[in-house]
Amino acid sequence: MNEIEKEAARIAEQGESPRRLARDPVNLPMIRNWVEAIGDTNPVYTDPEAAAKSVHEGLVAPPAMAQVWTMYGLNGQRGGDDPLGAMMTVLDDAGFTSVVATNSDQTYHRYLRPDEHVAVTTRLEDVTGPKRTALGEGWFVTTTSTWYVGDEVVAEMRFRVLKFRPAAKPAEAKPVVSTPVIKPAINRDTEYFWEGTRAGELRIQRCGGCGLLRHPPGPMCPECGATKPKYLVSEGRGEVYSYVVHHHPRVPGKEVPFVVALVELEEGVRMLGELTGAAEVRVGLPVEVVFTKVDDELTMPSWRPRA
Amino acid sequence: MIQVGDSLPEWHVEATPTFVISTALATRDFQDVHHDRDLAVSRGSKDIFVNILTTTGLVQRYVTDWAGHDALVREVNIRLGAPCYAYDTLKFFGQVVSREEAGLVIEVVGRVPQGDHVVGTVKIEVAA
Repeated sequence: MNEIEKEAARIAEQGESPRRLARDPVNLPMIRNWVEAIGDTNPVYTDPEAAAKSVHEGLVAPPAMAQVWTMYGLNGQRGGDDPLGAMMTVLDDAGFTSVVATNSDQTYHRYLRPDEHVAVTTRLEDVTGPKRTALGEGWFVTTTSTWYVGDEVVAEMRFRVLKFRPAAKPAEAKPVVSTPVIKPAINRDTEYFWEGTRAGELRIQRCGGCGLLRHPPGPMCPECGATKPKYLVSEGRGEVYSYVVHHHPRVPGKEVPFVVALVELEEGVRMLGELTGAAEVRVGLPVEVVFTKVDDELTMPSWRPRA
Repeated sequence: MIQVGDSLPEWHVEATPTFVISTALATRDFQDVHHDRDLAVSRGSKDIFVNILTTTGLVQRYVTDWAGHDALVREVNIRLGAPCYAYDTLKFFGQVVSREEAGLVIEVVGRVPQGDHVVGTVKIEVAA
């Protein structure tokens, strides 16, 4: 057990912190500020008549305000007996100076009413680490808070934060994208297509027997079985039929995120390709083909919006 | 009658600076990153951003606006992701994923341009 784990065990051992009473009882002025700011127009919070006729039979506070009543306020300080504050200090001292909240699980046993006065206690539930995260190495700290009115438990929250040592910024300020691109495997079925892109043509396979257009290419017509494919040169115009925005994992030669669009060409077949230069991608967006020369061997087709 | 699989209507919240600040103060969260852009930027953020208690409140509102004024919210369980900065549009999506003895479980996602701001579930009870 290292120093951080020892301290965590010591703090957890202390159990629940003493109950801390909210500054004010549940009250209508604060409820009004909250519903105005959030934009919640549910009348059970502010309209006594409507509230009286509701399932609550009177005014209640929004359940999501449970924690609001016991916030420290502008000049409030966590007490020395607060387990979350104590654990944050331990991790600060160990160099894990940044914090980000990751989970908040709140349970509301019942709705609170104006004039009820809540008190809160918190205990340290779990400290796990060190973990490598996207933000840097850090520890997950989980606390449980319980809100009481008198001795009745009215709400609970499990809250988790990641306390981390920020990763060195300059090194990863810009994702490195100068890796070589992935090249397509070109074979006898597909070489006409890549010859086409080199020549600035978007070619669609056409059956030498029945004339059916098909994409992606294959050796045999699924309609008539003929094995003598020809091709047609597409106008290169179509509409986005569907698309994905790729964030993860990284792809060699690409800067994420990028958009991959399935485009329905005016000739009727659908073709995949990267879509660039679109402020907003949507199904039905009119696009046209654009050719980008990668090297003497390879020219990639992609899509861009057209007027 | 609400059925498992029902979708909630998509809902967009424009996170104006006024929205970010008024909600932070209404939830009594006075951390500077929620109201002072200069300090937020100096701490490495793009701008001021929405605080957690507001996200919780928005998730609650999204579900109760849809389920009706008499729906009782029992749990709001959320995982926090990308920050919702001032001037972002926060887009909410939701779906009823299961029915439990006492009520319904609704899955909610709130997205910003940077990715998922919040993913979670809300448990509610509604009159039969």
